[in-house]
Amino acid sequence: MNRKWKSRVEVALIYLFIAFMFVVIAYPLLWTISMSLNPGTSLYSASLIPEKWTFEHYKWLFTSPQSDYLLWYKNSLFVAAANAVLSVLFTALIAYAFSRYKFVGRKTGLYLFLVLQMFPSLMAMVAIYILLNMLHLLDSLWGLILIYVGGQIPFNAWLVKGYFDTIPRELDEAARIDGAGHFGVFFRIMLPLAKPILAVVALFNFMAPFTDFLLPSIVLRDPDKFTLAVGLFNFISDRFANNFTRFAAGSILIAAPIAIVFLFLQRYLISGLTAGGTKG
Amino acid sequence: MPEANVRHRPAVAMALSLLFAGLGQLYNRRYIKGLLFIVIEASFLITFYNFLNIGLWGLVTLGEIPMLDHSIFLLIQGLVSVIIIAFAAALHIANIIDARNDARRRQRGEPFPSLLESCRNAWDKGFPYIFVTPGLVMLLFIVVLPLLFMVSLAFTDYNLYHSPPRHLLNWVGFENFKNLVSIPIWKSTFFSVLAWTIVWTVVATTMQIALGLFLALLVNDPRIKFKRFIRTVLILPWAVPAFVTILVFAAMFNDKFGAINREVLSLFGLSIPWMTDPFWTKVALILIQTWLGFPFVFALFTGVLQSISRDWYEAADIDGATRWQKFRSITLPHVLYATAPLLIMQYAGNFNNFNIIYLFNDGGPAVRGQNAGGTDILISWVYDLTFTTNNYNMAAAISLIIGLIVSGFAIYQFRRTRSFKEEGNI
Repeated sequence: MNRKWKSRVEVALIYLFIAFMFVVIAYPLLWTISMSLNPGTSLYSASLIPEKWTFEHYKWLFTSPQSDYLLWYKNSLFVAAANAVLSVLFTALIAYAFSRYKFVGRKTGLYLFLVLQMFPSLMAMVAIYILLNMLHLLDSLWGLILIYVGGQIPFNAWLVKGYFDTIPRELDEAARIDGAGHFGVFFRIMLPLAKPILAVVALFNFMAPFTDFLLPSIVLRDPDKFTLAVGLFNFISDRFANNFTRFAAGSILIAAPIAIVFLFLQRYLISGLTAGGTKG
Repeated sequence: MPEANVRHRPAVAMALSLLFAGLGQLYNRRYIKGLLFIVIEASFLITFYNFLNIGLWGLVTLGEIPMLDHSIFLLIQGLVSVIIIAFAAALHIANIIDARNDARRRQRGEPFPSLLESCRNAWDKGFPYIFVTPGLVMLLFIVVLPLLFMVSLAFTDYNLYHSPPRHLLNWVGFENFKNLVSIPIWKSTFFSVLAWTIVWTVVATTMQIALGLFLALLVNDPRIKFKRFIRTVLILPWAVPAFVTILVFAAMFNDKFGAINREVLSLFGLSIPWMTDPFWTKVALILIQTWLGFPFVFALFTGVLQSISRDWYEAADIDGATRWQKFRSITLPHVLYATAPLLIMQYAGNFNNFNIIYLFNDGGPAVRGQNAGGTDILISWVYDLTFTTNNYNMAAAISLIIGLIVSGFAIYQFRRTRSFKEEGNI
């Protein structure tokens, strides 16, 4: 009896702690939602439970002639899609070569990737700015895409290579005996079998432009070319409290779709990361 | 069928090819190949000679006439030249090796492959290079070149008062590093920022790992129901884009009208200067990072916990092990072994976690007697030095120090991966 009672207290305590975590997690998120539904634009007058619910900020984002929100959404989608497609392509090519072929510089290349993924891109910002300036790609979405695609290679090439390594070599040998060439093996064996990890890479690179604000804020100058993160940041960066409710509304419209996609796919993310991480 | 020709010397072929690509191949009587190589090398020289010449000159002198020579562009051209030359050198070495192989074959009187065969050979051998080249070129110009540029800047005198095109830059050796640890304001700033960076990395990361592990263990308990739902909610902070949550937290922690002071702490009659007192800003940052970072660790550990075989625990039960003993000797080793590299990456990530520092309070509040904010870590200080005060040389020097520390993490990863033998089979 005593033991059963002890176990019950334990379970209750566990639930209590989990409930506490729920509150800690939910509070800022609910607070953001309620901010976005508050009338007025200031943080000061807003309250957690608004006296009058309003969708005026959402309406403003989509209908006001001063709002560039839809344009930013379009820019972000464009950068995200281009980044996802190009990143998967370049990364898969590199990972295939590193996983299946012997060539001079292979080991060096692998180590190079490992070292480079440790270095934050911020350290290279000045040079990237000057380089883009020289190439006349400053203030251009393509310039941004170029940097994203190049910068993701060290990390993702490593990840995808790790996954390719787990695909049995007997499969590509069999295909070669059946007369498949280098491209044949790549397109008909490796790519279809590596779909899960390629999906992970595509997803990572699709989401990155929505949430990254540092690089676009350095590369992009013209408000017409802003991505969502930069645009939203500008709502609150100059006059802090003034447009917070509008910022909240705009943020929720990015965060909600990303969070939903993410929750559906997080299991694959985790398995992809651990596969690449431990197989190395 | 060619006959064996003992007088044919591989050394001569190699020397000729060293002199100019293709000559050794001509000596080997591989005329088509030789001519092809000559044309390639000649066009390379014609195309790049001027560029490389100016580039190397620029790299050494950084320009000679102010207003006319732009040191920064010269420096970049110089670095590009170095990369191109490295590439060319690699090809040239391949050409010499090719000349030697062909010469040996002629010496022994072996038949040469036909043009078609050698084409197919080149396709098979060269194939991985074709696959790697596009990505490699991007990597070189977008990642490696900027890093080299940064390294070079650390040894120049490039700052606000000394910037092209009005002034030329000079190589100053280790001057910047010396200044960093000898000029009082730099010295005090550097060491206080470094100390906080280390505290930040260790405390914030350890807290997020500890919380993630603790929650993963709790939720994994067989007596707990609604596991899927609980896990989904616990992962939410990871799913919401970090820049949104950090900005929201920045508003919530606002001293005067933030929700934390107004709605939560007012219940206890407290009001904490979150944004104006460095100590409390640091506390807030660590709390927020824990909130942001634990879900990843939680998800990771949950996956590993589910894969530990029940047999281990049953055997332990038979031996009468306590819960703590089971955790210490079964759970923890399993979990840590499977996730160590990713956990190390968490430390490396927080070491350079620019976003949270910059977005929360821009490294502030300001502190007397140093030129970084009270909560600036090295990387956000570098950002400030670069984009606000234009102290490019010092920013680069500090970046280089960050790079050295980060390499420490990289070496750890090396040693883990070396145990795995990865070999290509073609």
